[in-house]
Order: sequence, then structure tokens, then C-alpha cells
Amino acid sequence: MFYREAGQFKASYQADQQIFPIRQDRVAVWALIVFFAAVVPVIADQYWLKAILIPVLIFSLAALGLNILTGYAGQLSLGSAAFMAVGAFGAYNFMLRIDGMPFLLALVMGGLCAAAVGVLFGLPSLRIKGFYLAVATLAAQFFIVWALVKFPWFSNYSSSGVISTQEISILGFVFDGPTSKYMLTLAVVVVLALAAKNMVRSSTGRAWMAVRDMDVAAEVIGIRPMRTKLIAFAVSSFYCGVAGALYAYTYLGTVEPEGFNLDLSFKILFMIIIGGTGSIMGSFLGAAFIVLLPILLDNFVPSLLGDLVSSSFVSNFQLIVFGGMIIFFLIVEPHGLARLWQIGKEKLRLWPFPH
Amino acid sequence: MMTNDMAVADAGQQATGRRIGGVILDLQKISLSFGGVKALTDISFDVREHEIRAIIGPNGAGKSSMLNVINGVYHPQQGDIVFHGETRHEMDPHKAAKQGIARTFQNIALFKGMSVLDNIMTGRNLKMKTNLLQHALFWGAAQREEIEHRKKVEEVIDFLEIQSIRKTPVGRLPYGLQKRVELGRALAAEPSMLLLDEPMAGMNVEEKQDMSRFILDVNDQFGTTIVLIEHDMGVVMDISDRVVVLDYGKKIGDGTPEEVMANPDVIAAYLGTSH
Repeated sequence: MFYREAGQFKASYQADQQIFPIRQDRVAVWALIVFFAAVVPVIADQYWLKAILIPVLIFSLAALGLNILTGYAGQLSLGSAAFMAVGAFGAYNFMLRIDGMPFLLALVMGGLCAAAVGVLFGLPSLRIKGFYLAVATLAAQFFIVWALVKFPWFSNYSSSGVISTQEISILGFVFDGPTSKYMLTLAVVVVLALAAKNMVRSSTGRAWMAVRDMDVAAEVIGIRPMRTKLIAFAVSSFYCGVAGALYAYTYLGTVEPEGFNLDLSFKILFMIIIGGTGSIMGSFLGAAFIVLLPILLDNFVPSLLGDLVSSSFVSNFQLIVFGGMIIFFLIVEPHGLARLWQIGKEKLRLWPFPH
Repeated sequence: MMTNDMAVADAGQQATGRRIGGVILDLQKISLSFGGVKALTDISFDVREHEIRAIIGPNGAGKSSMLNVINGVYHPQQGDIVFHGETRHEMDPHKAAKQGIARTFQNIALFKGMSVLDNIMTGRNLKMKTNLLQHALFWGAAQREEIEHRKKVEEVIDFLEIQSIRKTPVGRLPYGLQKRVELGRALAAEPSMLLLDEPMAGMNVEEKQDMSRFILDVNDQFGTTIVLIEHDMGVVMDISDRVVVLDYGKKIGDGTPEEVMANPDVIAAYLGTSH
């Protein structure tokens, strides 16, 4: 009843090919964007912006990047964190070494560095698939972190490779508070998410999915698997790279190569598994789930159990609950939160009059 | 609608006057082996423009391998392939697709996660010229191109009478419809030659009749040359112009359906002989 496309007729292909063809979706997306851009900065306090919203947005972007590669193009990767590192250190060096480098350009350049590295480590995908490819991308993960530590040039010869990011300023406006940093992050993420949505509904996206679903048939139709996979690696790494640069600039301020370790790669992989592979919205849901759940547990478990147990038990208990919830979700809905949402929408079409 | 009817009437006239042209694909002494296994031995036959050419033979005779050779998936160790008067070297499926060869597969090879519409749209990927950045913006040229190709795809959808399922994910469709969608994907590429690998396998009588009609219509209306593999002898004899028979990777018969039916070697291969 509340989610019905009845009465919405498409008279042209242009109308049928809109980014959100159903009116309710359009309204919802605009409402969300307006809410997060206009209402949230006013009502959210510093802690929420700094510790929750900014990281959720950044991880959403990284998950989106991995989702393009794994969910849409079907290439399993364990190197997302490394590509984030390339983006972060790339943007840092462009800002450092070029006078008057605009921040947004540095962000793009960092992303492009990551894309180039991504293509390089994507080359094995031409010959190997699945788990074996995942192991090959593991090489990227270890190699890149090692290289960033090994060559101090990347971190401007700072001790132990830690970089402190420069001040962000665009056209004279300095982004120093959490609110302005949040707005910047939100803008970048929204633009890139819409771009990703556009890519996956155009022939690029169809080529990715074709290669994912049936590579021999894709080749016979005239799609070049090699080119398609490498484009997916490039775009995916670009997204991860931009996410990495934002991670350094708008979230942490100081980062070191070791911060972009395998744990982070796994975290991003879990985000898309839980959120839903092959779904743009799934990336956001997954990132929100993985970032928010530990925080929720942090706040609720101690207040529930109170003084009954020691604090070390509480922290271990959180991990157990976290793991348990992931398993629960995967059993209930192996296609992720995005599918759950889709099922919900289908139910809402009829509810509350199912007959 | 008027123009549409006229187009159909037009096609009907062409159909009666459907003329089989010259040889467009000539396979000369093709031999293909995988290690010690000889899949094809010394096979020669040709395909003429606008004809329906059937390849038949018992299981394992090398029929699918033959199609794979034609569209560049397999590379024969010996023999020449002359397509449109040019001897082909260094063939790959992408080049074959560019030259206008499309195909369907014995086991349905659709993209399961995508809708019918998207599946058929992939058939037009080769003809799309816009690049990644334009796609990311989905504005101007990219959008116009998408709409232009969508129109072509809708023609294919109308032709195959699958309008009602265009937004359905192909994984949810019954087998017969999936086969039809796969034909649609191949047709969307507007091929000059269509290779069909057992288009009617596993279908019931009505579905076979539908599929036969589509194949004949494609041949009539678009003038597409068709090479098909099929096990149902009734269908093969009804719709094909010429038949080539393979057995154990060798050619044992070639000619019109009547000639092939009367060929003692073919009868032996299918029914066995008394020794």
C-alpha cells in the first residue's frame, strides 16, 4: 500500500531508465540526502559526527569500491585496505610536494594512484579466479604496506611512517571542525555513490555482471573479459583510494601504513557480505552495521549486566555477540541486508491488504 | 502500427522469394584435437548466405566443437576457415562477434543475476561507444546511446513476445523462456550469422514449435544465416535447407534433408548396422 508503483506509467525510455524509476525511491533518496546534509549537522553532537557518521560514510565508500569489484564484477579481493593506503599516502604526497595543490584534486589524484596500483595487482585476475585470486590480492595487501614502511619517502621521512595530514581548505574555506569535515565527506560519498549507480546501470555495469555470471558467454557476445576486469579493478581501487584519503584527512588526521592492515581489508569484505554483494545500498547498510554494532554493544552490554561481571569479560562478550550476530544474519539472509530490504519493499507493496 | 504491418508483409514477400546466396563460410579440412583425443578430423563443409544449415550427429560426434571452432573459442590445429572470402587467422570470440557471428549455448549461458532486459542489452555492448566517465555521469551522449539501443532491444523483445517478463531476473524464468531470452541476446547483436547449439533441447512440443517458428522468422525477416545443432530429427528435416552429419568427429553425410535421410552411413550411425 505504501510502496506501490501502480499508476506510475513510463511513457518514454528515458523515464524508464531513470536512476530511481519508482517515485517512492526518488522521494526517499532525496529525503535521506537532505536529512543527512541539512538536519544531521544541526542535531548531531561532535561525538556522533566524529566517531560514528564520518567513519560510516568512509567505510561505505570503501565497501562500495569493493562491491564494484566483488559484487558486480565477481572478482574476490582481499587488498581493499592496501588500496586505501595508496589513496591516503598518494593524496598526502600530492598535497605535500605540490604547492597550492587543491584538496579535491589531491583526493582524485590519490584515487588515481590507487587505481593504477589496483590495475597492476588486478593483472593476475586474467588467469585465476575465486579463492586463488583472493590469495593473489593478499600479495597486494602485504606488499603495499611493506613498501610504504620500507621507503620513508612516502611518509616524508617521519619516524615509524606516521603521517599527519595537512589542513583541508577549498577555495579559502578551511575544513577544521567535525561538522565541516562531515559535510565534505558526505558530499564526496554522495557524488561517488551516484556515479557508481550510474556505472552499474550502463553498459560498463552490464559488462561487469556478464563477466561475473558467465564469462564464456560474455566473451562470445563481444565483451572483452580482460578489459572489463581491469576496468573493475581500476574503478574499485579508485573508490577505495578516495576512501583511504578521506580516512586520513577527515577521520583520523594521522595514519600509518600499519593501520591499513589485513584486518581492515577483512572488515570491508564483511561489510559487503553482510550488506549485500552487488548492491550499492548494501555497501552503506553493511558499513553502518559493522561500525555501529560494536558501539551499540559497548553501550548496552555494561548497562545490562552491570557490575555482575568484570570488564574484561564484557569486552570478550561483545566479540562473541558480534560474531554470533554475523552468523545469525548470514543464515537468515545470505544475500545481505540489501536483500532483506528488498523483501521488505515487496511486502510493503501489498501490506496491509494482502488479498 | 501501420508501418509495422507493412514491415511484416514485406518480410513475407521476401520470405517467398528468399534466395540462398553464395558461400559465406567455408570450412576446409578442419582437424581439432585435445591432447590425444581427436574431436574433429578433416571436416569440410560450407554455409551459404541466408540458409539454415543443420549439424546433426550422435552424442560426442563433435557438433559443439564445430560451433566453437566457427566462433573462435577453439583453435583447430589444421584446416582453414574462410569467412566472407577471407581466410581467418588468430581467431578469438571477440573478433568473431565483431564480424557478426552470434551464438547460443547448449546449456543456457544467461547472466543469472540480471534481468531479461539487461541480458539482451549486453548483446548490444559491442555497438556502444561511450566510455566509463560518460557512464558515470549518465548524461548526454551516454543517455542518448542507452535509449537508442533500448529501442533496438525492445524490437527484439517484441519479436520474441517476451514483453511481460522484461524486468524479471532470468534466474526465475522457466527453461523454455530462458532459451528464448538467450536467442534474444544473440539477436540483439544483429548478427549476420547465428549459431544455435541445441535450441530445442529439453522442450515440450509446443515450445519446440514456438522456437522453430522464431528460427524461421529470424531467417526470413532478417535474412540471418543460421547454423544449428539439433537432435530432434523431425525439426531438423522440417526447417533446415541443408544438413551435415558428423559421427566420431568425422563427416559422414552432407546434403539436403532427403539426401541425408537416404544416406546408408547416416542410417548406420543412428540405428546401427548388422554385421
